[in-house]
Amino acid sequence: MTEASLWALFLAIGLGTFTLRVSFIQAYGRLRIPPMLNQALTYVPASVLAALVLPAVIYPPAGAEFDLGNGRLLAAAAAALVAWASRSILLTLVVGMGMLWLQQALI
Amino acid sequence: MTRYWAANTAFLEGVRALMPMVPGVIPFGLVTGITAVEQGFSGFETLVMTLLFYAGSAQMAALQLLRNDAFALVILLTALVINLRFVMYSAWLAPYLHHLPRRWKWPLAYMLSDQAYALSVIKLTSSKTVGSVHWFYAGAAFSMWLSWQLSVMGGVFLGAGIPASWSLEFAIPLSFLALLVPAIRSRASLAAACVGGTVAVLAMDMPYNLGLLLASFCGICTGLLVERYHTAAEKSLPQEEEQ
Repeated sequence: MTEASLWALFLAIGLGTFTLRVSFIQAYGRLRIPPMLNQALTYVPASVLAALVLPAVIYPPAGAEFDLGNGRLLAAAAAALVAWASRSILLTLVVGMGMLWLQQALI
Repeated sequence: MTRYWAANTAFLEGVRALMPMVPGVIPFGLVTGITAVEQGFSGFETLVMTLLFYAGSAQMAALQLLRNDAFALVILLTALVINLRFVMYSAWLAPYLHHLPRRWKWPLAYMLSDQAYALSVIKLTSSKTVGSVHWFYAGAAFSMWLSWQLSVMGGVFLGAGIPASWSLEFAIPLSFLALLVPAIRSRASLAAACVGGTVAVLAMDMPYNLGLLLASFCGICTGLLVERYHTAAEKSLPQEEEQ
């Protein structure tokens, strides 16, 4: 890919992404949100977040030397428990990473 | 009882709400910066790319496809498909932002992120606060934007100095997990999360991250179906209605 077409590609992705972000914010009132879509939006966080979390927990990252699938699962389970009990993002991260490192140290 | 915020208080509260997410953002930003540099992009090119995209997963996907010499149109479509979720966030935020002048509305729309959206949803559904909602969102969105840009730049300067054995990339799903747990507030949202997560795992091998979109779609449909089933069940048992 030439330098110019690379910049054109970056610009196109940037403009496209901005269009997606501004869509309803700009067109509010003219672009009506159907009640069905509004109701569906309630389930966006739960669905999307679970779809982002679960594969990352179950599959080890590309190029990982060890199969740490189970280590991540256990660390994520502990983190989920902490998240539920404390509602603290920082505490969730500390416990999750701590559990992963602990298991890596023991392996 | 409804509480009204001053703009300042709401903005700072948004910044404060975002702070615990920063440890999850930094590793992802660092990895993105390191990946770009390793692929031969200059610091300036990486900066412009990060400013234009402001979307981590899309940027990582684009970098990976560029490495594989993919067709430009495929890269563009992949990035936009990954970012389709922003339309849903935009629809959700529109009632709180649409009244602002364009010089505020457009920058605030540009700074829309998973984190700023999720924090605003949690804030609005956990308290009945109205008024300066857009200021709370602005505080969270701006500090998220700044954290992201600085982390990617940090990655550019660090290069490949961070050992992979630290597994810092695990902080990303952990921070999403910390947002997922409070998002599960009903049987319907629990079902949505279970189906969304399972489908995402099963569809891992689908090309171009389409699995993420398919999983989200299945999860949302499940949530709607469970909700409809429960509403119907409640209507048939009016005597057992709870206070």
